[in-house]
Amino acid sequence: MEIARGMDFQVVVLAGGFSKSLVPLVSKKVPKALLPVANRPVLSYVIDLLEQKNLKDLIVVVEGETAAHSVSAWISGTYIDRLHVEVAAVPEDVGTAGALRAIDHRLTAKDILVVSGDLVCDVPPGAVAATHRRHDAVVTALLCTAPASGPSDSGSSGAKDKAKKPGRYNIIALDPTKQFLLHIAAGAEVEKDIRVQKSILRAVSQMEIRADLMDAHMYAFKRSVLQDVLNQKETFQSLRRDVLPYLVRSQLRSELLSNGVQSDENGNSKDAMQNAKILPSQLLANASTPSFHELYALGPDGSSSITRKTHKCCVYIANKSKYCARLNSIQAFSDINRDVVGDANHLSGYSFSAQNNVIHPTAVLGSKTTVGPQCMLGDGSQMGDKCSVKKSVIGRHCRIGSNVKVVSSVIMDHITIGDGCSIQGSVICSNVQLQERVILKDCQVGAGFVVTAGSEYKAESLAKK
Amino acid sequence: MVAKKGGNRGEDAEDELKREPLQAILLADSFATKFRPITLERPKVLLPLVNVPMIDYTLAWLESAGVEEVFVFCCAHSKQVIDYLKNSKWFGQPNFAVSTIESHDSISAGDALRLIYERHVINGDFILVTGDTVSNMPLIQALKEHKERRRKDNNAVMTIVIKQSKPSSITNQSRLGTEELFMAIDPGTKQLLYYEDKADDRKGTISLDKGLLMDNASISLHNDKQDCYIDICSPEVLSLFTDNFDYQHLRRHFVKGLLVDDIMGYKIFTHEIHASYAARIDNYRSYDTISKDIIQRWTYPLVPDVQFFGNCASKLERRGMYRASEVGLSRSAQIGPFTVIGNGTSIGSNTEISDSVVGEDCVIGSNVSIEGCYIWNNVTIENGCKLRHAIVCDGVIMKSGAVLEPGAVLSFKVVVGQQFIVPAYSKVSLLQQPVIKDSDEELEYDDNSSGIIGIPSISSTPEKLNDQFGTKLSDSQRRAGSEVGDGGVGFIWSLGEGGHEEEWRHSVAPIPADKLIEIIRTATDELEISNQDGNFLPPSGELEPDSVDNDSDEDARDDYSYFEKEVEATFLRAVHENVKEDHIILEVNALRLSYNLTSTDCASALFYSMMKLASDTPHDTPGELVKNVATVITKWKQLLKDYLSSIDEEIEVILKFEELCLESTKEYTPLFVQVLHLLYDQDVIQEKAILDWASEKEEAEESDKLFLKQAEKFIQVCINILK
Repeated sequence: MEIARGMDFQVVVLAGGFSKSLVPLVSKKVPKALLPVANRPVLSYVIDLLEQKNLKDLIVVVEGETAAHSVSAWISGTYIDRLHVEVAAVPEDVGTAGALRAIDHRLTAKDILVVSGDLVCDVPPGAVAATHRRHDAVVTALLCTAPASGPSDSGSSGAKDKAKKPGRYNIIALDPTKQFLLHIAAGAEVEKDIRVQKSILRAVSQMEIRADLMDAHMYAFKRSVLQDVLNQKETFQSLRRDVLPYLVRSQLRSELLSNGVQSDENGNSKDAMQNAKILPSQLLANASTPSFHELYALGPDGSSSITRKTHKCCVYIANKSKYCARLNSIQAFSDINRDVVGDANHLSGYSFSAQNNVIHPTAVLGSKTTVGPQCMLGDGSQMGDKCSVKKSVIGRHCRIGSNVKVVSSVIMDHITIGDGCSIQGSVICSNVQLQERVILKDCQVGAGFVVTAGSEYKAESLAKK
Repeated sequence: MVAKKGGNRGEDAEDELKREPLQAILLADSFATKFRPITLERPKVLLPLVNVPMIDYTLAWLESAGVEEVFVFCCAHSKQVIDYLKNSKWFGQPNFAVSTIESHDSISAGDALRLIYERHVINGDFILVTGDTVSNMPLIQALKEHKERRRKDNNAVMTIVIKQSKPSSITNQSRLGTEELFMAIDPGTKQLLYYEDKADDRKGTISLDKGLLMDNASISLHNDKQDCYIDICSPEVLSLFTDNFDYQHLRRHFVKGLLVDDIMGYKIFTHEIHASYAARIDNYRSYDTISKDIIQRWTYPLVPDVQFFGNCASKLERRGMYRASEVGLSRSAQIGPFTVIGNGTSIGSNTEISDSVVGEDCVIGSNVSIEGCYIWNNVTIENGCKLRHAIVCDGVIMKSGAVLEPGAVLSFKVVVGQQFIVPAYSKVSLLQQPVIKDSDEELEYDDNSSGIIGIPSISSTPEKLNDQFGTKLSDSQRRAGSEVGDGGVGFIWSLGEGGHEEEWRHSVAPIPADKLIEIIRTATDELEISNQDGNFLPPSGELEPDSVDNDSDEDARDDYSYFEKEVEATFLRAVHENVKEDHIILEVNALRLSYNLTSTDCASALFYSMMKLASDTPHDTPGELVKNVATVITKWKQLLKDYLSSIDEEIEVILKFEELCLESTKEYTPLFVQVLHLLYDQDVIQEKAILDWASEKEEAEESDKLFLKQAEKFIQVCINILK
């Protein structure tokens, strides 16, 4: 399991800051990285995943000093003995590329694994790293099956999603061997036409365009190349939107490697590319058939009278059975919480009871109160009589009255819920007080908010001003 | 047709298969001019391909593939085609009915199909091919797939046959000399979703409608397939041509028309063949390639030593040499590999022939060298001639010592004088080159060389041709003679537009090495240019920016900055060369239109140019700078005012000035109020514009109010004046 470590990878976790799309779920105290998924911060999923593969030296990049503080406090409390984690604070709104630029001086390894801190998945990062190394790629991206709007969605939203389905995730072009990334665009940003470069199609002869894959935001980058791009292209803000498409677009007319070599000492493999008269015989001796990049680099007559610079952009496509989701919207927050205590409960790290739920031993249930399958009830929480909980996550130290119904909702910590409340499809943040007979449907309630008795809300976002 | 299909569809369809004889339409006219001048005298389908007329290959294949009824559509030289068929064994075959449909005024495949539709002879699915197709593919499988698809979906009207063929990475053309083809195909259903040949454009990207991914989970894009021009069509295809009377070309109009039309929902599918052979002779290069394929037996059983129709059996000898029974071969003659020698031909001593086809009854002298040539029947080649990669038609006489350089084409009965060297890629004919007429018809269809080109005068009967050309021949015989050497007869055709440049692409001669190097070099240059561009131009479309709305913004800003530069250049020219104001206005207006901008933008760009001029004029102190501004503004204010038709434009000028102070020309920063005052004094801007600007700025962020504060007093004055 030392594979990725032995291969000299440095891991950067981009944990974000106070993501605007997650208001009112995030607050000064709870940055995005610490939002609970099945009662533990979402960031822990990525860190655990990396830890399993023995990737213990991490740089966690957080936007904003306050957020960095919270994250740092949580990490040192949780992983103090096991991991070596550096938390780096970068200014807010610099984007993912900006964040890497800001920690540029700390990047020293040959390759960098960049993982988004909001990723909840069970795909081994070592597989991505291995693919990356095998092809000597400049970038390798993890792609996973885009979640189809499955039956678990509520009916109405499912229909809507279907209508706009091709726009939802990425539009990705791969070579027939499904190893190389030839084109990538965010589905929502393609207005009408998908524009594919002919030069790449000519070189590869055949490509496959797919809309059913999603960029999981886990990338392996060649460090020198990443740094070159970040330095040369100062306007690039996002890895996903700028850096990756740029690398993909320029793969057959690379502007990178030459510069990379000049400014870089560890380019042994690239020196070979530099002196790039790879003779056909050499390629054949290489046992594996040359990729279209190599053939293209040889020039059309194969005699390398003209050498073209190329670089490879690879993909690792996760198996369909793997779970992979990013917590980047309120909808995703609800979905992931549902999945982690539901279909993908192996990710949660808890052992589920025979009823397929997790009820902490210290939790107290009143009489005739039922907690259904795919539910979680945190420690110290109390529930009154005749309550019913279905497909929901309830945090720690909540006090819930009697006759309360909770369906498909996430209830965080230290929440007081009065008698007779009904909560459906909603997210309730910490320290919220719901007085008696509150009815919430598809709502989000920000931290510390008080909902007065008897009020009824539907599809609203409630938060303190 | 759908309505009657009820429960047991399978049986029904099979019945249908049995009931209706399989029909085919064979277009014996390619509606193109690529084989000129040869096709002025003989229709393309009758040209010999390895000593057998092309149409015989097509008919033999159709017969073997189970087609029962063929309609041969003839237009150009229709009489010759009909006469040939009448004298051949094709008429009166059992189970294979061949009939002809004659037309004199069709100028495209579209016209032909419309005519056939009117005849009401097609009553089921049919095969559509041209008479220059060489294939040995079985049709059963493709036909079955087609019919099955149709049973499920009545809109599946056509299946086109494709074959793996990677275009050359240098010339981007296939081995058949046709342009590269980009296709998008649904990998599951094999539905054709996109079709682009070179005729479209030379853009660097392919644009696929995003909507395609809505219906198809994935799409395969191909640059490695060749269109065989063998189509399995439903009867609707004919009526579609009739409905869309502007459809001419099978691919460019019909296929693309159906693909973009999403109202009717017609679908086209592809059938890829792997083991069998199918190709169409589109140009001289494919003539060469396919001839070699036949000799190398890729088209088996359609090969010279198998008697598949009225051809003379020849014997296959070692190293791919075919020799007919009665060949007079000198002992010292050397016949190289992959060569076919026809019946009755005699070859003199010390003559070398390789990779060539020689027809019947030819007389080839001694010490002749022939390499990669196609020599048809009754050709006389005298001693010491040298021929490389050329086509020599029937009845040609080459006097001793004549030379054909690669790519030369000698049409019927041309005589080449002694020692004459026919230059590379030249075409020689007894007929004079027709003058290109500027009729509307031609302009409309003659849009490029790969297309369908029908010129009515050529599509006429040979008698007519003789009327047109024959008389001229005798008059100009002497002149003609001088063009091909002493004692020669024939005209050397001048190359068409595009000339020599493109000639090598479609010639029988292999592409010369220096040409290849040249292309590689230009391609690399282009690559470098595009590389440089990549550094400062915003990469296109979806690839670039952070959000969609930003995107268009960026474009607009970019446009504007180019516009600004051009306006500045125009203005400076006016200053230095004393151009009249009217003319500048005219030029700026033209720029405005071409960039699609508003007059506000003009005002702002002009103002910018003036201020730039003022700041570029040498000055030492800020005071001098203000003087400069005053001079420029005084001189050119009329011009500026021409674009200040409303308050909005005046505000724009102030905003522009603010931007100038902040960004490009910081010198102006302390002078903001002074210049503003100046503009006011010069009547360039009015009080109201200043006040509006001020109130607009009132809501801005603190940092943005710098100039507002500077101008506070002045604004107060304006308020007072207005009161």
